[in-house]
Amino acid sequence: MMVLAAPVSGSLGSIGYGLAAIGPGIGIGLIFAAYVSGVARQPESRGTLQPIALLGFALAEALALFGLVMPFVFGK
Amino acid sequence: MLTRLGAAGEGYVAPSLGAFLFDPWVHWTSFGHEFYINKVIGLLFFGCLAVGAFFLLAFRNPKVVPGPLQNVAESFYDFIRNGIGRDVIGPEGVKYAPYLTILFFFVLIMNLYGILPVAQVPVTSRIAFPAFLAAMSWVIFNYVGIRRKGLGPYFKEIAFPPGVPKAVYVLLTPIELVSTLLVRPFSLAVRLFANMFAGHILLLVFATATVYLLNAPNFSKIFALVSFPMAVILTGFELLVEVLQAYIFTILTAVYISGALAEEH
Repeated sequence: MMVLAAPVSGSLGSIGYGLAAIGPGIGIGLIFAAYVSGVARQPESRGTLQPIALLGFALAEALALFGLVMPFVFGK
Repeated sequence: MLTRLGAAGEGYVAPSLGAFLFDPWVHWTSFGHEFYINKVIGLLFFGCLAVGAFFLLAFRNPKVVPGPLQNVAESFYDFIRNGIGRDVIGPEGVKYAPYLTILFFFVLIMNLYGILPVAQVPVTSRIAFPAFLAAMSWVIFNYVGIRRKGLGPYFKEIAFPPGVPKAVYVLLTPIELVSTLLVRPFSLAVRLFANMFAGHILLLVFATATVYLLNAPNFSKIFALVSFPMAVILTGFELLVEVLQAYIFTILTAVYISGALAEEH
């Protein structure tokens, strides 16, 4: 029989969301890092890069938002 | 409203889904269904009228040398037409600029309600509105693609992207079909909804916390000095998120249309 040293209580959903947010967090960081260094090297390319960066940001962010919505959908 | 959400004396009550439910102003039953008009629907009607009236007034009597109102409306339209329509879809994207413009301003107004005084709730934080807008984008990009390429070739191009070894299709075809036909509209709706939903909860947490802390009996009042500026800063942050999400919704619709129009290569 397993004995828990310290019983855990609270919402498992928040732990799940924390885990789910790691990947998109790294992804969004990479996207904006690339955007910043791109604009720093070639400031006149800002106009071209901005929609692309925002698009990549939106696509990566969607994963974190799915994680946010899931506890409301499957909770209770 | 705020005192109800975070009443003093009984511990802090965090805002929940109840913050998105409003009492109906009017309700009636017809065709066996119950219909409600509440604050959200009222804001929706008002937003539609405001956007419609703005563009009607601006372009009711267009001049070669535009007046102030026409000037503003033209620069808005230009921004969508050139910045999204032409740059994302290509020269033929100009044809879709009216829809994209209306879409952008509709979503923008519905989002901005989140921080406008009196309104204080983003209409797009109710899933029905983003879901319907996403369904409209889904129908449009599929219709445009089918009309351009024909039913068979259009779906063949989705299911079997060219330039891939035959064996990979076992894996690729289901992924491509699910991603294009199911995940696209779903993510479009959920992205907008979840951003507005989470943003509204975030603002409510700091607003109700401020009220709760101010009503606290002892020293804890001091912490309201932290939570109140946070609420103000986050309102600015929400403004950024709301404009960005309206922009992203529009640009993704344009990207999907351009994907449906693109020739096989």
